This record gives sequence, C-alpha cells and structure tokens, in this order.
Amino acid sequence: MIPASFDYFRPSTIEEAVDVLAGAGEEAKVLAGGHSLLPLLRLRLAYPTALIDVGRVAGLRGVSDRGDHVHIGATTTHDEVVRSPIVREHCPLVALATATVADPAVRHRGTFGGSLAHADPAGDLPAVALALDMVLEVRSSAGERTIPAAGFFLDYLESALAPGEILTGVRVPKLGPGWGFHYEKFHRTAQAWATVGVAAAVRQTNGTVEEVRVGLTNMGPTPVRAAAVEEAARGVEAGQNGALRRAAEQAAEGTDPPADLHAQPDYRMHLARVLTHRALVSASAHRSPLT
Amino acid sequence: MARISVKVDGIAYEDDVEPRLLLVHYLRDRLGKTGTPIGCDTTNCGACTVLLDGRSVKSCSVLAVQADGCDVTTIEGVSSNGEWHPVQKAFHEEHALQCGYCTPGMILASIDLLKDDPDPSEDAVRQGLEGNLCRCTGYCNIVRAVRRAAQEMRVTTP
Ligand SMILES: Cc1cc2nc3c(=O)[nH]c(=O)nc-3n(C[C@H](O)[C@H](O)[C@H](O)COP(=O)(O)OP(=O)(O)OC[C@H]3O[C@@H](n4cnc5c(N)ncnc54)[C@H](O)[C@@H]3O)c2cc1C
Ligand code: FES
Ligand code: FES
Repeated sequence: MIPASFDYFRPSTIEEAVDVLAGAGEEAKVLAGGHSLLPLLRLRLAYPTALIDVGRVAGLRGVSDRGDHVHIGATTTHDEVVRSPIVREHCPLVALATATVADPAVRHRGTFGGSLAHADPAGDLPAVALALDMVLEVRSSAGERTIPAAGFFLDYLESALAPGEILTGVRVPKLGPGWGFHYEKFHRTAQAWATVGVAAAVRQTNGTVEEVRVGLTNMGPTPVRAAAVEEAARGVEAGQNGALRRAAEQAAEGTDPPADLHAQPDYRMHLARVLTHRALVSASAHRSPLT
Repeated sequence: MARISVKVDGIAYEDDVEPRLLLVHYLRDRLGKTGTPIGCDTTNCGACTVLLDGRSVKSCSVLAVQADGCDVTTIEGVSSNGEWHPVQKAFHEEHALQCGYCTPGMILASIDLLKDDPDPSEDAVRQGLEGNLCRCTGYCNIVRAVRRAAQEMRVTTP
C-alpha cells in the first residue's frame, strides 16, 4: 500500500535536525533506516504528519573506540556494525546479535539507533543494550542528556525519548578480559523475528563463574534482565554437570511474555529456560567468538 | 513535492516526487522499469530488491526521496553490451526459476552476495539469500546457479 501524505525534511546537521523536529509538531517522527517505520506507514498503522530524515546528518554514523567504551553512532547500519573490527573486538555480543537481525538487505538500511529507539521487545538489540549496560546519548533543542539502557525501555514500542529528542549515539562499555558471549535466538524461519532470544555474557576465572549478564528478547512488553539467573550462576563451576542448567531454570522468573501466533506465554517461558542454558554454555565455552 | 536526482541503470534522472512515493513505485510507474516487481506488503519477500549505491535493498521500503543523489541498479541494468550478467546466465542454465517472479530480486541479492564472498559455500548462499522468498523452485537450483555464477566470475575476472 501507499503511505498517507507527510512533509519530509532532511537536515544535514544535528543542530538543524533538533530545530526542525522541535518545530514540526506532535505528530512528527524521526526517520532513520525506515525499516520499522516505513512498513508501518505502508500498512497505514501510523500517520505521522512529518518525517525528519536523520540519515544524512553529519557525525551520527560510524563506530569509534573511546577508551573505556565503544561509541556507535545512531545511524550506523546493522551491516556496518557487524563488519566493524572495533565492535567485533570489544563488544562481540553486539555483532553476534546484530548478525541475526532480519536479512542482508534489511541490514543494509536498518540502523543501530533506530532499533533501540523503536523499543520493540522482539528486536534483538534492546536485550543486548540491557545486558551490556549501554548508555544512550540524546539531543534536543534544549540540550543533551544521557539515558542508561536500564531506564530507556518503558513499555511496548515506548522509550524514554521525549518528543523533540533525537538519539545521537550509544556508549557500549568494554567489559575487559575473561568474558565470553553468546546470542541465542529461536525463530521459525530464517529472516523472522525472535520468538525468544537470549543475550548472555559470562566472566570466569579458572572455570569458576564470577559474573553473568543475561538479557531476554520478547519475554515481556520490554526487554528484561534475567536477574535471578545472574544471581544463581555466580560462583558455580561452569564445567560441572548441570550447574548452568540449574541457574538457567530461573530464566522465566518475573517475565510477562506475550501470546501471539508463534507462541503462548508458557511455551515462551519454557524456551527462555532452554535457550538461556544454551547461551550460558556457549558463552562460557568460547571467550571471544569473533576474534 | 521534493526534487530528486538519481542515476538508475546508468542514466541520470531529475524528478519532482511526493515524499511518500516509494522507490519501487518511482522505478516502475515513473521510469517504466517494470522489471522490478512488488511481491508483498511487509518487506519480507525481496522481490523488489535493487542495488542502492552498490548494496542490496528492498526498494518497497525505501522512499524515492531517500534515494536522492544515489545510484540505483535494477535487473534492467545488470547486462552490459547485450551480454547477460554471469548470474543471469547461470540462472538460465541451471533452470533456477519457474514463474520468475522472485528472479530479479534473487539475481540482485546474489550479485551483492558475490561481491563479499566470491566463493560462497552452499550454506553461505542460503544465508545470503534469506531475505528473498521463492514460492516455486524449492531453492536448490537457485543455490546451484549462484555457485555456478561464482565459478564463472572467478574464471573471467582474474
Ligand atoms: C523484514 C524485516 C525483518 C526484521 N527482522 C528483525 C529482527 O529479526 N530483529 C530485529 O531486531 N529487527 C528486525 N527488523 C527491524 C530492523 O532491525 C529495523 O531496522 C529497526 O528496528 C529500526 O531501525 P531503522 O533505522 O530502520 O528505524 P526507523 O524505521 O527509521 O525508525 C524506527 C522508530 O525509531 C525512531 N527513530 C529511529 N532513529 C531514531 C533516532 N536516531 N532518534 C530518535 N528516534 C529514532 C523512529 O521515529 C521510529 O519511531 C526487521 C525489519 C524488517 C523490515
Ligand atoms: S515487495 Fe516484498 S520485500 Fe519488497
Ligand atoms: S520462480 Fe516463482 S517465485 Fe521463484
């Protein structure tokens, strides 16, 4: 279908972008890769009066090493994230999860920032943002602020971005040595969204699990941290039979998974436990799967 | 209306377009390039795949205004001097199509895939074409054609 009419603006600087957004009214929307927004417009599920295309705003695109963290510009495409040597070296979990997003053509257009701003709990990157404690940089005509990932995802498709705010970049803390990572995604067809996904990071010393981070995809209206698993896995011997499985048994604790055509809540809870176990085993087996 | 300039299959165009005009509609309805079909309303099927500045994209989910200043290649621009592209030839020789509806998108996605990986395994071809659906062939001949094209291209480009 053809989208309803809207005004279109393509600012070239961030200053111009926030000014245009501020003046464009309540029903204006930011457009990045358009691979969540344009499908909604085509199905006439959204009727923005104006689109502010940030795709060519200078300085919003690209990956850089900033010492204690990696900085990913909001309009960096999924494809650029997966190919980035900096991401692969310092935050391989981001590359692993991003490589499972949709298909190559979608990854050529869809952006890292758009995936977070869209706040879809079925998206693969919000759970990774939570697990890695990313920090989101935001700008409006009133100035700049940062939002920790833990406070960013408020509800289904609802983020902490205020009207007039543009996500400009994301800080991904480097976790340092001793960590292993894995993203385990269960879906029915190759390019489909996750029925459930699990982002796991495990730090070990001599086979003892020191610290675990687990983020869950599509287990509620927002992505969730599996805090009970993180607690239960601390101090166990990774190689000991059943130790990680027992920790993973806690994965559905406190979740509120949706019911849809693909799965009912009880099945998603079952998947969360099974996939969390697989993710923990893989994350503790190989330290840096991509380097 | 917004003014755009795009190069499509080697020819430069300037046009006034409504911002809501999708790239695929611009190609088909404005430029008459009906070689690029539309197969779905959900960005899933890949039938509409074209190259935008050399990379595969689904042209049903790109606005024509987003392609302003860019270079677009459709299936109508992949042959040169009357010679089919090696991927086109291989699709013909391996009988990698039945109704042909998915074929333009399959060929452009394959050209993009071979740029990154000149010698893809069967698995790599299947992964690389995961965004292109075919309701007819069962994919086996498509995978075979892409690997055959890869071989031809390695022989002809030193
Ligand atoms: C067929 C298909 C399959 C897909 N499968 C998956 C999948 O398996 N996993 C997955 O994670 N994703 C999937 N996606 C979604 C894809 O990753 C999108 O690219 C992503 O969700 C949105 O990024 P975008 O740049 O396209 O954002 P857009 O569509 O441009 O924008 C999305 C929303 O975010 C807002 N926004 C975007 N950028 C900013 C910004 N910088 N500041 C403020 N607001 C902003 C927009 O206003 C809009 O509300 C799929 C998409 C398609 C079409
Ligand atoms: S027409 Fe189906 S993906 Fe574009
Ligand atoms: S040949 Fe008919 S859809 Fe592929």
